[in-house]
Amino acid sequence: MSPLQSPSFGSVADVTERLAAAGYLASTAVATTVFLADRLGKPLLVEGPAGVGKTELAKAVAESTKAELVRLQCYEGIDEARALYEWNHAKQLLRITASQGAESWDRTRDDVFSEEFLLPRPLLTAIRRADPTVLLVDEIDKADVEVEGLLLEVLSDYQVTVPEMGTITATRKPFALLTSNSTRELSEALKRRCLFLHLDFPDADLERRIVASRVPELTDALTDALVRTVRVLRGLELRKAPSVAETIDWGRTLLALGMDTLDDDAVRATLGVVLKHQSDQVKAAAELRLN
Amino acid sequence: MALLAPHGLPGHLVDFVAALRSHGVAVGPGETIDAATVLTALDLLHRDQLREGLAAAVLRRSGQRKVFDTLFDLYFPAALGAGSGEVEVPRVGDADDGDVDVDALRDILADLLRDGDDAALAELARAVVDALARTGSGAQGDRPGAQPSWSAYQALRVLSPETLLARIVDALRDPDIEPGSFADEVLRREIRDRIARFRDMITDEVRRRTAETRGREQVARTAVPKQAEQVEFLSAYAGQLAELRRTVHPLARRLAARLAVRRKHAKRGELDMRRTLRRSMSTGGVPMNPAFKARRPGRPDLVVLCDVSGSVAGFSHFTLLLVQALREQFSKVRVFAFVERADEVTHLFEPGAELSGVMNRVLREASLVAFDGHSDYGGSFGSFAEYWSDALTPRSSLLILGDARTNYRDPNLTVLRRLAGQARHTHWLNPEPRRQWGTGDSAALRYADVVPMHECRTAAQLADVVESLLPI
Repeated sequence: MSPLQSPSFGSVADVTERLAAAGYLASTAVATTVFLADRLGKPLLVEGPAGVGKTELAKAVAESTKAELVRLQCYEGIDEARALYEWNHAKQLLRITASQGAESWDRTRDDVFSEEFLLPRPLLTAIRRADPTVLLVDEIDKADVEVEGLLLEVLSDYQVTVPEMGTITATRKPFALLTSNSTRELSEALKRRCLFLHLDFPDADLERRIVASRVPELTDALTDALVRTVRVLRGLELRKAPSVAETIDWGRTLLALGMDTLDDDAVRATLGVVLKHQSDQVKAAAELRLN
Repeated sequence: MALLAPHGLPGHLVDFVAALRSHGVAVGPGETIDAATVLTALDLLHRDQLREGLAAAVLRRSGQRKVFDTLFDLYFPAALGAGSGEVEVPRVGDADDGDVDVDALRDILADLLRDGDDAALAELARAVVDALARTGSGAQGDRPGAQPSWSAYQALRVLSPETLLARIVDALRDPDIEPGSFADEVLRREIRDRIARFRDMITDEVRRRTAETRGREQVARTAVPKQAEQVEFLSAYAGQLAELRRTVHPLARRLAARLAVRRKHAKRGELDMRRTLRRSMSTGGVPMNPAFKARRPGRPDLVVLCDVSGSVAGFSHFTLLLVQALREQFSKVRVFAFVERADEVTHLFEPGAELSGVMNRVLREASLVAFDGHSDYGGSFGSFAEYWSDALTPRSSLLILGDARTNYRDPNLTVLRRLAGQARHTHWLNPEPRRQWGTGDSAALRYADVVPMHECRTAAQLADVVESLLPI
């Protein structure tokens, strides 16, 4: 295990405060789980619809703890060489040809499998850093099941085994955060190692504060109208419910168009900013009598 | 006190975890230990932090949250007994134990709903439930020591918060906003949401008080909502239906994703002997470079035959949702609906079509009814075989959805056998529990002799079935 390491946050209130200073307004759920993940030294699995600020959370945690963010973006077909480490084959070949004949085989072999020829990828980088680190494994559900197996060792023991060099253990546990859009079910083994946070749309008050902090030029009345309207839209059965990011975009759009009230005309003209599917727009217009 | 567990807080936690397990939330010992660690790390005076902390430790899926919240409220109640609220329930004649002054109470409720003050609303719910149980019809006769009877139905009937809607909307409406406009509609829906939330508060409060008098375990057994995946299609009510609808879409996407993986894995076919030998000519007969048979991408060709009569409405809705989602993934899916006879409805399921409308269009536009609108399986199979039997090829799979209740008409097994023979696979999904098959007018067992029939009552079972059927 890693040496004792003092937790980054003092209390849940402290988390809220410092995340807010980093520009992230956290709900109780977010603040509590971040606090616990830090305190218990467990990775945090954040699941939720797109656009509720999962990735932002990792950035804010990094900023508020003055840690470096190491990001592993998952995609279909990502493998060990992209996630963990890779040997620099070209350089190894160069090394072997440069010393041709001058060295014994044993020395050469030991030499080419050393630190110098190792290309660390995000997971190894995060494990080896001595300074505070936030490891963000983004969209883990996009990666294949095999990658989850790879993550198990990293996330439960914070160590990586390189067959030629031995096991590298973290000198300082990174704060690990995994995000998922739940396009597929993650394996039980991985889930068990993590704390789980379902990040949903914020409540009205919090969303109002988020919009106000992101688009400070908006008047309070307009922010209020925006947030209330978006909440009603979320209540409809839509293909893609508008997220916080869309609320913010909507605010910016209204601002750019110089509209200061959210009347029927304004909504009709700008509904495309919040609802990205034609069928959703038609449905919302019909149900909310926008004609 | 019945509420105290014998082993203090750890014992209480274990009880809580056991209750979660009995509601289908799989919590392992490892998670229980995590939860215990959470208890030590958090300040227990903050109940909302405790709730979120425990949720983070024991939950693994977002659909489980509702079950968790209900049980959490039972096992870690916000207050004991009536609590000490700020809100006073108005009484007739200002006596402390007089009858509840319903009109004054409704005024208070209207004001709170107008302001959207959730904390005060929760206190009002608590006070109202308490006051009504002691003085309302529930405690009539005033027997000394009688158990107060908690009733959400009674409280909601007395308050009837829905009838306050127009009044609150009128009070809140901006004078410039004309009735019937967009802003007006938004406001109306917002207030309706608040009222629905207040109803939930009343229900929660009644559950909590009942747990105090009748014991937590009993209430936990009966009054906790099911996870959407475990709700039965045929008995789901409106709220659950909406939730199910939200579950089915990701379900289909998940299935599609898994299928894509399987298809990718099966990219390489078996060794092509002929081409391998041919290639080996250039290397002196040594097969240096083996050739593989390119596997033909199996194009799943799905024919869905779906009972849309009233008795299986909930079920057919979801299977059709699933079919639509699959349609977005697969090139060839043909959908047929039937009640008394079959008709093709594939064109109604365009990708991106509004789903709640599709069902109505199916019932309105397709010609499904001949006489009385009761389902007739035999007649439907007959008409399908007559007009669309060319839809079934040796490569296609036939999926039949229905409860096999024939209303005592001819099940027409011969035609079904012929259809099953034409298709590569045939499967029947039945939303009724297996033990009811063959009872009454159900021809399920007779059909099950002809084609494999699967019990498919919940979204979870649906997922299992479809996963084992596909790739077809």
